[in-house]
Amino acid sequence: MFVRSGLAQLAAILVVMLALGASAAHAVQPDEVLPDPALESRARTLSAELRCMVCQNQSIDDSDAPLARDLRLLLRERISAGDSDAQVIDFLVARYGDFILLRPPVAWNTALLWLAPPAVLVIGGFVALALFRRRRIEMPEPLSENEKNRLAEIVDRGGQ
Amino acid sequence: MIAELGHFALVLALVLALVQSTVPFIGALRGDARLTAVAPYAATTQFLLIGLSFAALIHAYVVSDFSILNVVENSHSAKPLLYKITGTWGNHEGSMLLWVLILALFGALVAVFGTNLPDRLKALVLSVQAWIASAFLLFVLFTSNPFLRLGQPPFEGDDLNPVLQDIGLAIHPPLLYLGYVGCSISFAFAVAALIDGRIDAAWARWVRPWTLAAWMFLTLGIAMGSYWAYYELGWGGFWFWDPVENASLMPWLATTALLHSAIVMEKRDALKIWTILLAILAFSLSLIGTFLVRSGVLTSVHAFASDPTRGVFILVILCVFIGGALALFAFRAGALAPGGIFAPLSREGALVVNNIFLTAAAATVIVGTLYPLVLEAVTGDRISVGAPFYNLTFAPLVVPLLLLVPFGPMLSWKRGDIAAAAERLMIAFGAALLAGILAAFLSGGGPILALFGIALGAWLIAGALSEFAARIKLGAAPLAESLRRAAGLPRAAFGTTFAHAGVGVMVIGIVAATAWPTETILTMKPGDTVTVGSRTITLDGFLPRAGSNFRENAVRFTVREGGAPVAVMEPSKRQFTARAMETTEAAIKTFGLSQLYISLGDIGEDGATTVRIYWKPLVTLIWLGPIIMALGGLVSLSDRRLRIGAPRPARRVASVPAE
Repeated sequence: MFVRSGLAQLAAILVVMLALGASAAHAVQPDEVLPDPALESRARTLSAELRCMVCQNQSIDDSDAPLARDLRLLLRERISAGDSDAQVIDFLVARYGDFILLRPPVAWNTALLWLAPPAVLVIGGFVALALFRRRRIEMPEPLSENEKNRLAEIVDRGGQ
Repeated sequence: MIAELGHFALVLALVLALVQSTVPFIGALRGDARLTAVAPYAATTQFLLIGLSFAALIHAYVVSDFSILNVVENSHSAKPLLYKITGTWGNHEGSMLLWVLILALFGALVAVFGTNLPDRLKALVLSVQAWIASAFLLFVLFTSNPFLRLGQPPFEGDDLNPVLQDIGLAIHPPLLYLGYVGCSISFAFAVAALIDGRIDAAWARWVRPWTLAAWMFLTLGIAMGSYWAYYELGWGGFWFWDPVENASLMPWLATTALLHSAIVMEKRDALKIWTILLAILAFSLSLIGTFLVRSGVLTSVHAFASDPTRGVFILVILCVFIGGALALFAFRAGALAPGGIFAPLSREGALVVNNIFLTAAAATVIVGTLYPLVLEAVTGDRISVGAPFYNLTFAPLVVPLLLLVPFGPMLSWKRGDIAAAAERLMIAFGAALLAGILAAFLSGGGPILALFGIALGAWLIAGALSEFAARIKLGAAPLAESLRRAAGLPRAAFGTTFAHAGVGVMVIGIVAATAWPTETILTMKPGDTVTVGSRTITLDGFLPRAGSNFRENAVRFTVREGGAPVAVMEPSKRQFTARAMETTEAAIKTFGLSQLYISLGDIGEDGATTVRIYWKPLVTLIWLGPIIMALGGLVSLSDRRLRIGAPRPARRVASVPAE
């Protein structure tokens, strides 16, 4: 029905799509679009961050599932009623839980998730630097001016 | 009968793989040449047997043998011949058979082309390769046998999922598997080196072409899948951070890192231990990808728990190979002699930075993909990790890396001069600035990040070309001299230029298609006209049609530019009768490097149709970039093969025993 499998490897399509059936997603319908372009643009931005909870890893902006449509309409209703973006999100999270957020909130149970990318980078950099420092002793010093001149002399003499 | 032959051939292949796992291995440990000599013959015969088995399955599909369960579930007599054939790997059992076939293919290639490998190393590599083959052949035979017969065959099959009845998806899995499974060779080389306790620059030279080939296929496979999703799923997205996509991106990042570290090892005899670890990690990530998509764990943790046979089997394979290899690494890595030394600011240093960033990027994708699964399994909390997460974490890791790319090849080995490199990149910097300004001008000021993105793409392309120009002393020497130098350059140098420029091309495509697309969603009736940019699009009418196994409702649009028709586009909705499924076929027309994309929504009773029209500027660059990258790989590979084929260096290079 409404599984989007993205750049699906064959495999996933089989395991996932065959199980649920699949068709192309169709997202926003013309009748959903808000008359005010500014509000509509806010709605689109927000809906790209919200998960269609019956789909696999698909935002309500991309999904043609009935639930996604309901959520899109609900979202637009709240925006039209004057809610701020944060209020809309809070409202939806209160109703559906963190699962609806495609960008998980920073919390104790997602700390590892958020910290992992910078941590790997920092640790990687640190290890590399430490290794460089340890081995610098083995690195020969660059030639001094005197040595360079002497080398040039030798080369010149050899070249003649 | 033919199906049984296929089944028997598969069993024989397993037996042969078990022989290949043990006999040459013992031979290598004992130094018995009679035993090691078994390996190449076992590897080639194993490939022929699995090939026979695969051919038998294709035959069953082509003749629509509905006494075989797998054919019933995934084929239909009215399906076009092409999709009957490609449907062979359009299902779990068939695609696993393809997986082991490609594994055996790589084994056979090592056996045939590895004539210059030392016997001992070759025997060890082929043994390790056979361990993997044995495990997966057992998996196929015990949990995923494609040759199961039915007692009472039905008259007709269930047909293949219509979404898969597409040429893109017919080519995509074999390409991707060539990449995934290709990583097994560098893995086997790494494990063999650890068992052997010796490793040197020659090792890197033998491993590089295999890694390069795997990387090329992964690059093309991922790009192909991305294009398929773009045109088939009907809303013009090209990358979704889906776990399935991530499963292919992780090994790609690791293989890219491995390619670069193997250069350091080959040229400078440094980073040996790290290169070995990367070779193990790259294949481990391929196995994790296989586990993710094959076990059903992605659908939900519960679905996995309810029918865990296959998932657990792969999980065991995963643990044995990854765990075993890492344990061996921990145990033996200390015995490997450390290699050459270099200053932080050097070509080697730049490649280390490349590796740190790529590893962090790969870690981000792994954590993002696995975290929700693990969290749910451990605490029951359900969270979603989607595109917005990766935009915040992955992009900040990749952008600095891309900014640094042009510097790498400009630095000299051992001790580099960053100021000299920067000086030689002044023209590239100017080109990038110009591209950014041009983009600002064309887009009317556009989002600043997008302008930066365009400049970044131009920086990569111009940087790659500058490096090439510097190598041939373009401008600094007479033109004839430059041409002579260009002709004398090793092919690998061309490869670098292509690959780095390809990344730049892709970046420009991604940025332009993300920042400046237009989307028009409306309801149209026959005769209606809509203006999109400089073109008008008219809905001419409906064209009901029938294919061999589907009915189709196509809608004809005429695209006009300045009143003159420039294209006719016919998107459609297809009903596949056997599965009672509907697919949307988008119509795509390329104008220059950009594309006009029309897809249909619901067609109403009164002939009013929901139409989505997208204008995707420079979108084709997203896939042209990877093609250029892969081309770079191919060019570089032709160089490697020549050098590998030369008997002298292979014999000259003696392995250094561990201390």
